[in-house]
Amino acid sequence: MHMSRYFTDEHEWIDVEGDIATVGITDYAQEQLGDIVFVELPAEGTTFEKGDDAAVVESVKAASDVYAPISGEVVETNSALEDEPALVNSDAEEDGWFFKLRLTDASELEGLMNEAAYKKFVASL
Amino acid sequence: MSGTDDVTHIEEELPLQTLPLDAWHRDRGARMVGFAGYHMPIQYEGIMAEHGWTREHAGLFDVSHMGQLTFTGDGVDAALEHLLPSDIRGLKPFRQRYSMLLDDEGGILDDLMVSRLGDGAFDGADIYMVVNGATKYDDIGWMIEHLPDEVTMNHMDEQALLALQGPEAGAALASLIPETADLLFMQSGLFTWRGVSLWISRSGYTGEDGFEISLPGDDARLLADALCALPQVKPIGLGARDSLRLEAGLPLYGHDLTHAVSTIAADLGFAIQKRRREEGGFIGHARVMKELADGPGARRVGLRVEGRRPAREGAKIFAGSVEVGEVTSGGFAPTLGAPIAMGWVSTPYSAIDTALEIDVRGKRIAAVVAPMPFVPHRYRRKP
Repeated sequence: MHMSRYFTDEHEWIDVEGDIATVGITDYAQEQLGDIVFVELPAEGTTFEKGDDAAVVESVKAASDVYAPISGEVVETNSALEDEPALVNSDAEEDGWFFKLRLTDASELEGLMNEAAYKKFVASL
Repeated sequence: MSGTDDVTHIEEELPLQTLPLDAWHRDRGARMVGFAGYHMPIQYEGIMAEHGWTREHAGLFDVSHMGQLTFTGDGVDAALEHLLPSDIRGLKPFRQRYSMLLDDEGGILDDLMVSRLGDGAFDGADIYMVVNGATKYDDIGWMIEHLPDEVTMNHMDEQALLALQGPEAGAALASLIPETADLLFMQSGLFTWRGVSLWISRSGYTGEDGFEISLPGDDARLLADALCALPQVKPIGLGARDSLRLEAGLPLYGHDLTHAVSTIAADLGFAIQKRRREEGGFIGHARVMKELADGPGARRVGLRVEGRRPAREGAKIFAGSVEVGEVTSGGFAPTLGAPIAMGWVSTPYSAIDTALEIDVRGKRIAAVVAPMPFVPHRYRRKP
């Protein structure tokens, strides 16, 4: 099964399947943050506009906000992160996902990067 | 994603300077950040791993940003006893003491280590002092203003300072310099290694046994290489240095200590020996005596924070609806697997086991006043 994966310049990835988008932070982001000790996830049913504060990642050294990369309603969160926030370090782009959104405006995906473009973006940092 | 509060508190008004081991850190894959005006390594392989390594083996920290000063001349003891609240006259050669600079109102300008030299170390100077990197130029200015002409202060800005910390630090250093095995906590000595003069004290800021080694910057790479070639030793960044000192209950200047707070409130009264309390004669004495008699309005305390979410610097502390204090350092304690914090709490709420709440980004989290250190000190004292 092939899903479309998008990336943002805030170092989030988004897998889109139908109208459901799974959101996480990239491997580059977890590497920059260092050891993650806590993730605050949004409540199911919360509605976000693109750019809203959606989650907080706490590493040993700092707290960082994760913004909603697109607008939508939270339909599921990754409860595995409650017990094992380090999943974000060990598997940021698969098992370390944060939440799933039901998209309200799929056209917002258009400005986002694909994997090749994101790699290029990271290399330029 | 955006970082909102970072322990490094980067202040980049002036171009950052480089320290003697700059290239050495980069060669070892360090991530460099701006700290105290210098490029410094915040981590190599990761803060948790480096923290754990130091608690179990030995970590090498580059603290060359700190200010290393010597004092020489007639009346040096009396001059320093005017500046510092600690007993300098009674400080024997090769002994070190924790002390601080106080302002006229008794506020803390900096905390520091002061030692009496011997064996002709540092060109025969009398006293050696290590002050914080971020405050060193202000400290120097303050001291120049208050020292008599007979006393010469020398800022050794070409000198490096390395800290070797951890339960295996003693064995590691003794494998290079066997005579260091005899040093006990807060003792120092002059040693020679491969023709290089090293002033070594058995001290540090992690709560572990260990050493601080002062040597010429040009020789720092040679020693750092030799130490890191040992199986016990790995280089450790500033990130783990901060989490280690927090677990050890040791305050960090600029965060837990500032000019707005006093020695007694900071629970650092041990730095003012009995004779100094009685005789006074140091800047800030009136405040010390008043707080010893009446008690301070607020105290520096440790806090154990419920759950996993760290409470960080600036978070307000509450008892019910009443704001009673503020977190000054906070983070996740790798050794304990739980968040801990240090902060100021109004005296009536500062007793051990007092249940409080901390506002962490809009959420109230339960916390309890806890004894410090959070992780026991393991200094090498006289058996």
